[in-house]
Amino acid sequence: MNYDFDWSSIPGALPFLWDGMKISLEITAIAVAFGIVWGTLLAMMRLSPVKPLAWFAAGYVNLFRAVPLVMVLLWFFLIVPQVLRSFFNLDPNTDVRLTSAMIGFALFESAYYSEIIRAGIQSVPKGQVAAASALGMSYAQAMRLVVLPQAFRNMVPLLLTQAVVLFQDTSLVYMSALADFFGAAYKVGDRDGRLVEMLLFAGAVYFVLCFTLSQVVRLLQKRMATL
Amino acid sequence: MNYQWNWSIFSSPVPTGETTYLGWMLSGLQTTVTLSLCAWVMALALGSLMGVLRTVPNKWLSGFASAYVEIFRNIPLLVQLFIWYFVLPELLPFGLGDAFKQQLDPVTQQFVSAMVCLGFFTSARVCEQVRSGINSLPRGQKNAGLALGFTLPQTYRHVLLPMAFRLVVPPLTSEFLNIFKNSAVCSTIGLLELAAQGRQLVDYTAQPYESFIAVTLLYVLINVVVMGLMRVIEEKTRVPGYIGGK
Repeated sequence: MNYDFDWSSIPGALPFLWDGMKISLEITAIAVAFGIVWGTLLAMMRLSPVKPLAWFAAGYVNLFRAVPLVMVLLWFFLIVPQVLRSFFNLDPNTDVRLTSAMIGFALFESAYYSEIIRAGIQSVPKGQVAAASALGMSYAQAMRLVVLPQAFRNMVPLLLTQAVVLFQDTSLVYMSALADFFGAAYKVGDRDGRLVEMLLFAGAVYFVLCFTLSQVVRLLQKRMATL
Repeated sequence: MNYQWNWSIFSSPVPTGETTYLGWMLSGLQTTVTLSLCAWVMALALGSLMGVLRTVPNKWLSGFASAYVEIFRNIPLLVQLFIWYFVLPELLPFGLGDAFKQQLDPVTQQFVSAMVCLGFFTSARVCEQVRSGINSLPRGQKNAGLALGFTLPQTYRHVLLPMAFRLVVPPLTSEFLNIFKNSAVCSTIGLLELAAQGRQLVDYTAQPYESFIAVTLLYVLINVVVMGLMRVIEEKTRVPGYIGGK
């Protein structure tokens, strides 16, 4: 090994990297929140007796799951700016990359969340829905008061694991030259000619964060299993 | 929106003239499929080995295998790819790195880095599936093997693995689909696979919608073909009497 490591460009770059991390976390938070809400709706549509709704949800989920995230992001970086501009009369120079990324991730992840949530809803015994309707509850009430609270409780570990995956995937906004954490690390490394150190540093940071969260998920699973 | 659709771009020749834009698209498809299949072979081999190691009684071996899985699962694929492509050649000893950078042509370098990256990344997932397959077998099977005088390796080879591999075929289907989708990430290091050809087409023809629709449809096509293929394999390998075994 004859490579001379020089880690000195990291301390000075920390504020810039932190700004990048905030963008990564922001995209993750928006996509998780939106993904769970829209994913729940999709899952309920898919399980509903109204056929067109079920077909729509199945088509949506299967389409997004068949296409690589890279391709989905390319689509959204292409379409969202045009749509936003034609609706809101934006100045052509407004930077909408962050919005495009958020919309892209949110719609893409909803497909994955909806599959998790559908499995969660199906894990609640059917007798409970029957019992709820025997008590005079409407379908919506049975869902809201009986099925979903239990389903979500069972799903918490899977939802969190998906959030970790999503956080890792946000590094792909690098393609739009948006300075998320990875983009920021790459830019600093490229500027200082220290790409090797910055890439290793970025990898280490992602590892620590994701590993910690996945250990938390594991603990949670253990505690839930004993309850 | 007044977009001018022009589907005839696919049959028009590229600037260098040796092929059409459709030819570019198909060569991208070919790269995506070759890359994914090579990486898949690697992932299956490594993943099976690690999956076995995760279940052996030796603490060091199983600890090593679980560290392996955690590393490849908790670093984003894009970061791993950049580390394989930009960092590793700098750190390889005995001039191997220099040989990699100077003697191989750039396309081979990109292909090799992408294949190794996808292979390792996917092997960690395959490992977890193989492990859960082995763990899902009744414990008596292993004990019975040992009681019959098999050594531990023999028990794995003749008793546990033939069964475990048949059980993990369905979950491996989704990993197989994922490897094709994940290969799109490799466009970021300049490898001209399907997604990269799609972007290149946009730059050359300024017809983004036609190009992206074609690429998206080709990915959907890959998905459909792989699912059909795996369904046949699942039928053939299904274990009678198990859930889903019918």
